Amino acid sequence: MAMPEAQSSVDGPPTSVDLAEEYHASGVAEILDELDRELVGLKPVKQRIRETAALLLVERARRAMGLTHEAPSLHMSFTGNPGTGKTTVALRMANLLHRLGYIRKGHLVSVTRDDLVGQYIGHTAPKTKDILKKAMGGVLFIDEAYYLYRPDNERDYGQEAIEILLQVMENNRDDLVVILAGYAARMDRFFESNPGFRSRIAHHIDFPDYDDGELLSIAESMLSRQGYHFDAKAAAVMSDYIARRRRQPHFANARSIRNALDRARLRQANRLFEESVGPVNAEQLSTITARDISASRVFAMDQPNPLEISS
Amino acid sequence: MRITQGCFSFLPDLTDEQITAQVEYCLGKGWAIGVEHTDDPHPRNTYWEMWGNPMFDLKDAKGVMMELDDCRKAHPQDYIRLNAFDSSRGLETVTMSFIVNRPDIEPKLRMTRTESRGRSQHYAWETRR
Repeated sequence: MAMPEAQSSVDGPPTSVDLAEEYHASGVAEILDELDRELVGLKPVKQRIRETAALLLVERARRAMGLTHEAPSLHMSFTGNPGTGKTTVALRMANLLHRLGYIRKGHLVSVTRDDLVGQYIGHTAPKTKDILKKAMGGVLFIDEAYYLYRPDNERDYGQEAIEILLQVMENNRDDLVVILAGYAARMDRFFESNPGFRSRIAHHIDFPDYDDGELLSIAESMLSRQGYHFDAKAAAVMSDYIARRRRQPHFANARSIRNALDRARLRQANRLFEESVGPVNAEQLSTITARDISASRVFAMDQPNPLEISS
Repeated sequence: MRITQGCFSFLPDLTDEQITAQVEYCLGKGWAIGVEHTDDPHPRNTYWEMWGNPMFDLKDAKGVMMELDDCRKAHPQDYIRLNAFDSSRGLETVTMSFIVNRPDIEPKLRMTRTESRGRSQHYAWETRR
């Protein structure tokens, strides 16, 4: 009744690991597929996440076999323009790290400067520690992290928050992962003036802007999630809208698209109210027509005026 | 004399891993955890000094353990206990409490008798070092 396989696993660490099987068993494959399916574009980001996942998987296999391994530093920085999906990816990242067993709980705590920095002397440390305690076992996502550091005011309390953060990032590497996010140029300046952060962050991931085709498919998927759809002409008008909107100030990628769609739904509701005689059917209620989009002020502005924000 | 109050006090002292497991249990129930310390373990001394506010909305025991470590560093020769607060009745009720730190030499509880009128006696407890 000898069971050689069972025997060897009792005697010591396994001598071989099937990475492909590990990949599927840990649920990482699922998350990466989901990422591919649900997030449009973002090729370099997905590539980096894939690489990171591979590294973590290999590290885990090494640990299982008893090879020397060092807990990898997982702190990251996400840089990119507004509306490029940094928060969304952070959420997926938390899930991914949880599946791989690098964080225990897998929740995301999203904060900005206001949540970390206090109003008066002695207020900052407890506030920052409070947030850190809540983030333990998960991911701490600091949006627009460069606001923590204000070079023009040397008595700013942000510095205190930075010091506590750095200390925890170093000492509690097993307990939480910190992700800093913000616009690329300002993040670079932030890292230059805080070399401690740069050296503690191993993964810098840059989020590119979406191109027009990607934004259109984002628009379509946003609508279908809300149970709406474009009619045939509306899709063409929308892509025209995207091209024009991009040239105007305050363009925020997917966020601008979401706002545009919200306003299109508003116009659609108004149109239904004013024009419909008799009952409306489900098809009418969920169709965005070309008129709903072309009424936007973006089309009226041939010479963009930087002082005006489109509506 | 070994002070026994709260949960687990008749057991050997909990290790940090065991404390972590207990805290995980509390957090899993949605309870908030507070750290308190005192140098006077008299049974009538209900209100110990608070080490910071009770911690709400934690997901992981590590946050509590960090506070506990800080408290131990500041008061190594004090009694420290963790209180778990249950808010499901609309007010924060202490629903679990256990000692996680003891001084090296624990004080004694001594009974004193006072003679009063009509040969009756009054009893009291006193902490003695």
